[in-house]
Amino acid sequence: MTEIIKVFVGIFVGLGAFLCMVTALGIIRLPDVYTRNHAASKGSTLGIMFILIGAFLFFYVKEGHYNSRLLLGIVFIFITSPVAGHLISRAAYHTGVPLWKKSVLDELKDKEKHEKHGLDRSNGEGK
Amino acid sequence: MAFQILLNFFLAFLWMFLQNSFNSTGFFVGYLLGLLIICGLRRFFQSRFYLLRVGAVVNLLFIFLKELVMANWAVFKVILKPKLDMQPGIFAMPTTLESKWEVTVLANLITLTPGTFVVDVSADNKILYIHAMDVPDVEDAITDIRESFEKAIMEVSR
Repeated sequence: MTEIIKVFVGIFVGLGAFLCMVTALGIIRLPDVYTRNHAASKGSTLGIMFILIGAFLFFYVKEGHYNSRLLLGIVFIFITSPVAGHLISRAAYHTGVPLWKKSVLDELKDKEKHEKHGLDRSNGEGK
Repeated sequence: MAFQILLNFFLAFLWMFLQNSFNSTGFFVGYLLGLLIICGLRRFFQSRFYLLRVGAVVNLLFIFLKELVMANWAVFKVILKPKLDMQPGIFAMPTTLESKWEVTVLANLITLTPGTFVVDVSADNKILYIHAMDVPDVEDAITDIRESFEKAIMEVSR
């Protein structure tokens, strides 16, 4: 039983580290703030969650030590990192950071004008 | 919902006092019996029987985890593709959700969906502005997924 769990620990920690590496690669490679934010807000969330789950299982199996703080850490990261990504990209947009030049669509610009004039064209692109 | 849970706790304590067994087993048995009573009397409450709502919350949690894994797979494919040929863009999506926490949960869920995250929310919480990694091919599929998200969130709040 413990050997199987050790294999799982290895898989979790390895996968988490790999995902964090892919995230770092994405932050280097992708062209603008918003696409980088895709990589950062998703990849690192799952990567860190996997590493923490691996650490939790390791200490639980090896030492019999049930560390509830790791579980709380997982929950907190899961809740806060999408919000952080949203806030960073929102701040970037409102300070005028441009989109990538190959971007095809920017409805936020038009819509803000519409909203300021009190004109709400509510069936937009999503339909 | 909160009222029904509180009532269930109250019934569990009542059971403990009736049995004179002040331990966690007594509480647990009382809670289960109280659950049966509340289920039997569910048509006298304003809202639904609360276990249904608890089930909806658990369902939402599983959707969150599934979407997180799928989103990572999608981002992974984009990053490790040799050519950067995605077509990012920001599109607007009207939402029918009303209260603030619903919109917040929807925005978090969208942020963890493959290829999308929320850039801005309009002042009246009616429109979400979403940055998508690949506008042409994902948009329809994403609208479908999001319909199911909205439905799952409404299932909780109904």
